[in-house]
Amino acid sequence: MVLFSLSITLGIAALVALGSLGRTLRRTLDEQSKAVLGADLVLSSRQPAGPEETALFERLGGERADEVSFASMLSFPGREGTRLVNVRALTGGFPFYGRIEAEPATAVEGFRNGDGVFIEEGVAQQFGVGPGDAVKLGAWTTRITGTLRRMPGDSVSFANIAPRVYMAGSELPRTELLRKGGLVRYRTLFRLSEPPPLKEVVKANQAEFRRLHFDFDTAEKRQEELGRALEDLNAFLNLVAFIALLLGAVGIASAIQVHVQQRLAQVAILRCLGASMASTFAIYLAQALALGLVGSSAGVVLGAAVQFALPRVFRGLLPFPIRVEFSILAAIQAGLAGVGLSGIFALLPLLAVRRVSPLVAIRAAFETRRSGTDWARWWVIGLIGAAVLGFSLLQTRLWYQGTGFAVGLGLAFVLLSGTARAIVWGARRFTPRWLPFTWRQGLASLHRPQNRTGTLLVSLGLGTFLLLTLQFTRSTLLHRLFPPAAAHQPNAILFDVQPDQRDGVVALLDRLQLPLLDEAPIVTMRLKTVQERPVAQLLTNHIKPIPGWILQREYRSTWRTHLAGAERLVAGRFVPRIDATVTPIPVTVEEGIAKELGIGVGDRLSFDLQGVTLDCQVAGLREVDWRQVRPNFFVVFPAGALESAPAMHVLATRVANAGESARMQRELVQAFPNVSALDLTLILETINNLVEKVGFAIRFMALFTVLTGVVVLVGAIVTGRWQRTQESILLRTLGASRAQVRRILFAEYAGLGVLAALTGIVLAAAAAWALSRFVFHVDFLLPWRDALVALVSVPTLTVAVGLLTSRGIANQPPLEILRQEV
Amino acid sequence: MQALLALENLTKTYRSGGTQLTVLADVSLSVGPGETCAIVGPSGSGKTTLLGLSAGLDLPTSGTIRLAGHDLGALDEDARARIRNEHVGFVFQNFQLLPTLTALENVLVPIELRGGASPRTAAAELLARVGLGDRLDHYPVQLSGGEQQRVALARAFINRPQLLFADEPTGNLDGDTAQRVADMLFELNRTAGTALILVSHDLELAGRCGQVVRLRNGRRIA
Repeated sequence: MVLFSLSITLGIAALVALGSLGRTLRRTLDEQSKAVLGADLVLSSRQPAGPEETALFERLGGERADEVSFASMLSFPGREGTRLVNVRALTGGFPFYGRIEAEPATAVEGFRNGDGVFIEEGVAQQFGVGPGDAVKLGAWTTRITGTLRRMPGDSVSFANIAPRVYMAGSELPRTELLRKGGLVRYRTLFRLSEPPPLKEVVKANQAEFRRLHFDFDTAEKRQEELGRALEDLNAFLNLVAFIALLLGAVGIASAIQVHVQQRLAQVAILRCLGASMASTFAIYLAQALALGLVGSSAGVVLGAAVQFALPRVFRGLLPFPIRVEFSILAAIQAGLAGVGLSGIFALLPLLAVRRVSPLVAIRAAFETRRSGTDWARWWVIGLIGAAVLGFSLLQTRLWYQGTGFAVGLGLAFVLLSGTARAIVWGARRFTPRWLPFTWRQGLASLHRPQNRTGTLLVSLGLGTFLLLTLQFTRSTLLHRLFPPAAAHQPNAILFDVQPDQRDGVVALLDRLQLPLLDEAPIVTMRLKTVQERPVAQLLTNHIKPIPGWILQREYRSTWRTHLAGAERLVAGRFVPRIDATVTPIPVTVEEGIAKELGIGVGDRLSFDLQGVTLDCQVAGLREVDWRQVRPNFFVVFPAGALESAPAMHVLATRVANAGESARMQRELVQAFPNVSALDLTLILETINNLVEKVGFAIRFMALFTVLTGVVVLVGAIVTGRWQRTQESILLRTLGASRAQVRRILFAEYAGLGVLAALTGIVLAAAAAWALSRFVFHVDFLLPWRDALVALVSVPTLTVAVGLLTSRGIANQPPLEILRQEV
Repeated sequence: MQALLALENLTKTYRSGGTQLTVLADVSLSVGPGETCAIVGPSGSGKTTLLGLSAGLDLPTSGTIRLAGHDLGALDEDARARIRNEHVGFVFQNFQLLPTLTALENVLVPIELRGGASPRTAAAELLARVGLGDRLDHYPVQLSGGEQQRVALARAFINRPQLLFADEPTGNLDGDTAQRVADMLFELNRTAGTALILVSHDLELAGRCGQVVRLRNGRRIA
């Protein structure tokens, strides 16, 4: 029984650790509220500041820093290899809040003084370089002053695609990398003077920010977003931990059921001696609560230890380092949840106590049967449902999320229990006669009286289901987003190619025998009006709002005479070419963004191209397969409309392997320092890393559920050991060898494991399908390999745990059969 | 005629706490093919120990046991299990049926354990002989005590044992049912030529056996 009480220990431990983590996150976020951005206010734009912008900056006042960022290739003279990096040229004292974590600490001053560049730690490790080593950025050959670990305001999630390289703004001209038309972002970072409060500053200037096409970010906004994201993550993980706790409660209920069944005679004796039904019931309820208390106490102790592992689990997901401190409140809350749930779940099997007749004490075969509905049972089921719903609602901010979780969990339990019942029924009726006796007997154990097949299938199946849903979804997403490319599909993109460099880059590719698979000129512009209505007006329209990012984003458009390989026309027509004087310009728009903008064929929209207005009319709608690594566009102009605008080119090619990719990048950076190359494998690696980091955190918590399943399994086998031992002794008496008894046990656990795995796989496939279809909008693909791994590993684990816990059963002396009490 | 079961000077001692407890002292016994033998005596006299040793369920501290020509003392537990499976049948006071198997399947267990083909017809005939021809697919829980013991009887005879051990076979049954089961036991003994050794408190039942072994304090007194 004590072992069974441990089944809630892991769930409690997870809740305590997460509760402490949640409180630490909130406290750290409050303490570091401004360090999450490094400044009070950040304005960013694709254009360098002109007189109007500068005037705005002056009006805002306070202390200011400027950052110019763009992608470029970093090379290491005297060494092999080049790397696409995100160059950040900084002028001024940013960060204003928090501090740069660097190695050595003097590196920060070094780069501010123009002594060299400051590169991300990962790049330094990748190329085996460190402080003092030479690097080349565009035309500038300089030294590394140090390596960067953490910069306030930066997310490290996507640093793998283009790691950051910081340099002093004053040295930027030496790189010769800034060219007209290149993709450059200008950020102005403010530490505002004392009041008025930031919110009021933003409110007063918001219209001006929009008019000047500034994206803005404030410490409060960032803190709020970050806080919300972290709360969501914490809540989600809490729910995962809660599943472990629920499983543990099911385990306790199962133990109580066995306990009560074995003590019905004792109950009858108590009743004979005059104990009331209520007091008898109270005795067993107190036992259940005591079990909950033992398990919860152990969970609090374990949780206090587990919390120290959490910062490592969440490393890479959190924007700041944390040191988790034990939260007494979290421990009390989790402990109460453990005792409470144990009590509530135990009520269901305890109801049997009420129906024991005192006559059982005299005549064991006497059974009390009462007809009619047992309303108490339905009350208890309702109570369990309310407890689960209540906890879910407490964890999630939105009522429908909490309700959805509770309903989904209930559904999973019902499905797993239903499957268990079906299996018990099927094992009794359909076990093939041609199977060897040991297998038939093992499988028959699934429906032995007082079997624990249901509990075990739920506990093992739920763990399998959770882990597999994550794995299936991850595999589907990665496969659908990055399908293994066909030989003719590009896997490397060269961008920032200036018009006068285009022919040279093509010739270089030709010399390297790399195919030019696609190319496009890019002209950046902003949306000005939609259906004659100005963007500023549309932004304030709350009746039928269009997302702000669609209205305010920078549109990188192209012109061409044909549809590209990754797109097809779904409405209207594609106009290949026009005379430069034609107005409105007939453009084609990607169907998704057209839907968001609420426009169709024939509708009007206009763009602002560096002060020039381009009046356009939607001639057609295109469906674009964004998964293909090609230059894809929201808006495509006909040839003849944009040729005179400042543009840059994007070229797509295919490299066979990492060596060929490195060679291309090396030659490219030597000949065209401003041109950058992006290798698809890097993106894949980055997304994989991010998914892996999130997945690891979730898997870590799901592991508590799996381990709880194992504890419940051990507990169930231990409580069922007496029955198994009796069967073993009988079979040994009738002539079974020890090997035969072991084979029977093996068959039982293998059967249980296979069925749990199959149930978990089917449920996970259904859940992953639903997630793929309705959340991620991609076609589901069953990852057979993952399914097979589960199909082998779950039964292996079950058999291993089962046989280990059943040690000695096959060796019981058969003489015991003659000594059993009748 | 060579004895089917020959026990010579069997002694069994246990250590209980710090003391040596002798539960069986210097008991000898011989049972030939087709013979019947009852072991009687008060509680704690060593009846069950003697039955267990005779069937090879345990080994004596001293003395020898020869069962169907095999010296059980020289065999390991798996080998003794094989001997039991091939030569011995059992009937227990509390029936000892496998709850997950039907009546027919329970009867077949000894054959199944041997790895042979399942003689379902023979099993069904045996069940019909004990009056359960219409209960083949019933589970133990669906049968009365008497019916369960009759299934156990059929199981005991399915592998045509040379020797049947019955431990208080009627102890858990009411008078009429006990009489019926006892009749069947002796009838099967007669018709199949199976030797029968039974342990019982019921002196009337013991009286139906050809040989009665009386035990007291672990010693054979008659």
